[in-house]
Amino acid sequence: MAVEALGSAPRVKVAPWNDPVIRGWVFQIVVVGLVAALAWYLIGNTLDNLNRQKIASGFDYLGREAGFEIGDTMISYSPASTYARAIWVGILNTLRVAVLGIILSTILGTLVGVGRLSPNWLLSKICEWYVEAFRNVPLLLWLFLFYKLISEAFPGPRQAISAFWNSVFLSNRGLYFPVPVTDPIHKWMAVGLLAGIAGAIALHRWAKKRQDATGQPFPSISAGIAVVLGLPALVWLAGGAPTAMSWPALKGFNFEGGAVIQPEFTALLVGLVLYTSAFVAEIVRSGILALHKGQSEAAAALGLSRGLAMRLVLLPQALRVIVPPMTSQYLNITKNSSLAIAIGYPDLVASINVTINQTGQAIENILLIMAAYLSVSLSISAFMNWYNRRIALTER
Amino acid sequence: MRKVMMVATAGIAAVVLGTAGTAYAGKELDAIKARGQLLCGVGTGTAGFHLANTQGKWVGLNVDVCRAVSAAIFGDADKVKYVPLTSQQRFTALQSGEVDMLSNNTTWTLTRDTALGFDFTGVTYYDGQGFMVPKKLGVKNAKELNGATVCVAPGTTTELNLADYFRANKMTFKPVVIEKVDEIRSAFFSGRCDVYTTDASSLAATRAANVPAPLTIEDFVILPEIISKEPLGPVVRHGDSQFADIVRWALFAMVEAEEYGITSKNVDEMLKSDNPTIKRILGTTPGMGKALGVADNWVYQIIKQVGNYGESFDRNVGPGSPLKIERGQNALWTKGGLQYAPPIR
Amino acid sequence: MTDSLPTGERRQLAPPLVERGALGWMRRNLFSSWVNGIITVVLVVFVGSILSSFLEWAVFTANITAETGSECHGQGACWALIIEKYRLIFFGTFPYEQQWRPLVASITLLAMLVLTSDRRMWNWRLLVIWTVGSFITFLMMFGQIHLPISLFLAIALLVGGIGMSLRKAIADTGEMNAYRFLAAIGLIGLALRIAGVLPAWSLDIEPLSYVETGLWGGIPVTLILASYGLVFAFPYGILLALGRRSDLPLIRALCVGFIELIRGVPLISLLIMASVMLPLFLPSGVTFDKFLRAQVAIILFAGAYIAEVIRGGLQSLPKGQYEAAEALGFNYVQKTALIILPQALRVVIPPLINTFLGFFKDTSLVLIIGIFDFLNTANQALVDPNWAGFPAEIYMFAALIYFIFCYSVSRYSKHLEVELNRGTRR
Repeated sequence: MAVEALGSAPRVKVAPWNDPVIRGWVFQIVVVGLVAALAWYLIGNTLDNLNRQKIASGFDYLGREAGFEIGDTMISYSPASTYARAIWVGILNTLRVAVLGIILSTILGTLVGVGRLSPNWLLSKICEWYVEAFRNVPLLLWLFLFYKLISEAFPGPRQAISAFWNSVFLSNRGLYFPVPVTDPIHKWMAVGLLAGIAGAIALHRWAKKRQDATGQPFPSISAGIAVVLGLPALVWLAGGAPTAMSWPALKGFNFEGGAVIQPEFTALLVGLVLYTSAFVAEIVRSGILALHKGQSEAAAALGLSRGLAMRLVLLPQALRVIVPPMTSQYLNITKNSSLAIAIGYPDLVASINVTINQTGQAIENILLIMAAYLSVSLSISAFMNWYNRRIALTER
Repeated sequence: MRKVMMVATAGIAAVVLGTAGTAYAGKELDAIKARGQLLCGVGTGTAGFHLANTQGKWVGLNVDVCRAVSAAIFGDADKVKYVPLTSQQRFTALQSGEVDMLSNNTTWTLTRDTALGFDFTGVTYYDGQGFMVPKKLGVKNAKELNGATVCVAPGTTTELNLADYFRANKMTFKPVVIEKVDEIRSAFFSGRCDVYTTDASSLAATRAANVPAPLTIEDFVILPEIISKEPLGPVVRHGDSQFADIVRWALFAMVEAEEYGITSKNVDEMLKSDNPTIKRILGTTPGMGKALGVADNWVYQIIKQVGNYGESFDRNVGPGSPLKIERGQNALWTKGGLQYAPPIR
Repeated sequence: MTDSLPTGERRQLAPPLVERGALGWMRRNLFSSWVNGIITVVLVVFVGSILSSFLEWAVFTANITAETGSECHGQGACWALIIEKYRLIFFGTFPYEQQWRPLVASITLLAMLVLTSDRRMWNWRLLVIWTVGSFITFLMMFGQIHLPISLFLAIALLVGGIGMSLRKAIADTGEMNAYRFLAAIGLIGLALRIAGVLPAWSLDIEPLSYVETGLWGGIPVTLILASYGLVFAFPYGILLALGRRSDLPLIRALCVGFIELIRGVPLISLLIMASVMLPLFLPSGVTFDKFLRAQVAIILFAGAYIAEVIRGGLQSLPKGQYEAAEALGFNYVQKTALIILPQALRVVIPPLINTFLGFFKDTSLVLIIGIFDFLNTANQALVDPNWAGFPAEIYMFAALIYFIFCYSVSRYSKHLEVELNRGTRR
């Protein structure tokens, strides 16, 4: 038995069924037992059903040939590729629309949120109605509307609207535009870009340190941009500056060559961005409103210009209010991108859905969907938490 | 502990409420008879095959098969509850007992007949995958489709056949895949795709019933190529051969009746026929129904209330319908087609 | 950004014309600086042109008399389509001549929601409103209601159990005995029913023809999915939130795991799971109505989000409240139900309403698994080939209906926020 400390009150003897600790454990064991029993029951039924109906199980199918075509792919894919690759194509498509959606809705949402606080009555009213209109109607409805409008309002490929001396074409097949012909130097340019970003960050740190130490400012932003853009440009020049372009041209049914932004992608992105930016605008607005008026006055008293005051005083503080709700909006964009299935953009859910139909293995595939979204959600949360901690550190 | 009790109570309540719609399937046929209703899984809406009309009444070739089975079991073709299922839901719905049978344009394949635990009981319609294009594209056959954008509904063998066909002919295509049939059709008609592909019967149905107003049937052509074999027929679960037999022979009876010229109009006169085969079919000579486990006049009920295969075909998809599909492979074997019923004897 | 500084005033003069009335208002709000002036002019031109072409389309050249779609083409908005299809859009494939029933059901549901939003009803009346309202709603929708004996027994057990645990300190012996009696009847009755001793007796109310859930559609479906999603998810969200704040590690882990799992995946994947996988989870032969499956998925989904909202409320309570309750000798259930939750829930009512709005919009996702909610029936109106080619009209109409509902609810939530803060404002 435990040795009782000197001076402590003698332990009151309680019956075990009245001891809160024991009761707590019994309660927990009962609840966990019930949950486990439920899980056991469901899994048992499932296994029984699978056996009886001879439904195959396991993830072997991932290595088999998928056999279906996907309309919009970022990596090379053909019907001869495996299911695993088809699902990977879906994940990349989901990420593409989610990342672009996050960036664009942050920009648009911030503009609208700031616009709502504008002294200009008309501007602030328009921004207010924009917010109300977009957030009070289901996203799915916006997606249907935009998709129908794009596919019915734009002309067919043979009557496509062309611009920029027949280099850009807009039709109901999407927006075609020229791109450089693939060249080995592109890979190295990407490396250069990454190196440039790393260099710019290092430069910014160095500049900050120097300014803290000596007070001398350094134009780290413009220098950073120069480094980020300059390095890939240098690599391009060093690689012989290949200028060959692939131009879109009407050939047979469709345009060939160039790159294309498909209507499904456009409708999804536009819908996601407009819908989410309404929520972002509200977050930004309340973040700015949460700031005390004295902050901007104090910044002005210090002689900071309006831009500097915004960047050094107001924004860092508003961000602390803004970032947590923003994180959940970013998660929402990612999850809402799964509505793609309703308008035919080949995202993760669409790929998995076809895979379920072809293989009949619903359970494995649904597990894959959940695992994929969970890991994306968790990475976004982790990144935003990291960022939140970072900006929280500026508090003293 | 009380909380446990409360949770348990809530659980029980949920189960009680939930089981309101629960059905325990024992032996299929007994369960159906006890229920007094046949649960028939149909598609969500293809003109001519299974479609709820404006009064909410289901009509179509596949629906007639359900009605024939109901007529055989109950002597009444209307004791059917139609459960519209998407192509994803249909198999789990049948496996789990949500429906007794499927009659919804399901292609008979080896895996489905075996690994999924089903029995196909016959072929209602011999079909094959085809292509439809707007006439103004000037395409004459499928070999000219290189580079086309193709609208295709997911969830079937259609997608795989399509990819196989283009690969085999060294052509490329861009698919537009939308979950809902209505959406995929409207994408095609609005010009998002050059080609729409699905079973030829369904193409004809779409062309006849779904072309949006300013356009007409004449603006679209169905290409001559059929790129796959799609025998479509009713499906039941493994397990109750007696019910499977009834479903099988209900369809055969419709075909057999057409072969012997028995129609819903003349079936009452045919009862007086001296032809021994007709007497056996219509149950004037008893025995056949008993063997199958239904009333002896089962074929009479089917033909009287539903009609023979030819009548159903004409009414729903043939000349008597907007689809105007030729009998083709679905003609009787005596007329050069594939519809052949084993003798009722 | 003002261009005029206040100058010392010597004489009381009326402000100049440009500072007064409409002109003054415009000067202050639209032309306070030259940048603002430019913005105003650009916006007026931009919005004006959009608005005028919209009005041209939606009002001046609109067609409300066309008999078929082909008469509508080449003109403005084809509102004739809405007039032709409004019953399909509102009530879906519910038997046509019986469509007064979903109308009554929708009005009942809306009335329930309106009554629920009245603070004077936030007591036992709420229970009456929802019991009576639900009865009317489902009687109208199904046409027939069968109340099995097990339901009554379960209610008896529930009422008895809650009464026994919550009113222990307050109720007299007679009342406590009544609770014990109810709980005992319920428990014994259910046990006998499960053992098969008690027959499957049920109260059958069958005044109308039966309409299965497969034929339901439109407004009532959306309202039912969202309202009952919230009603059932609410207690379950409370349990999850309490579990997440519990001192018991296993319970906490279970709740955290569940909440994060559900919040980490899209609703679509849950709906697909409910529609495709649920039959596999159940013993063979046991089937679940498709509508019920979607409802269960929405409840599971909503529960996790509600739990997080309620957790916010729980965290906002000062620790003293817990300690005071413990000092009074309350046990966990009493402490939670009588002291903590009433205060915590009051704080979270406005965010809860916003969560409800979220579900209300999210119910539109059920169209992906083939349930005819309002958006899906609106979509269905587009399918008719005689009326093809007017998606904008249909979607704008549907958007307007959604907007009216969501906008009024969100205004109500803002109003309530002010109202509820009145007492606690410091």
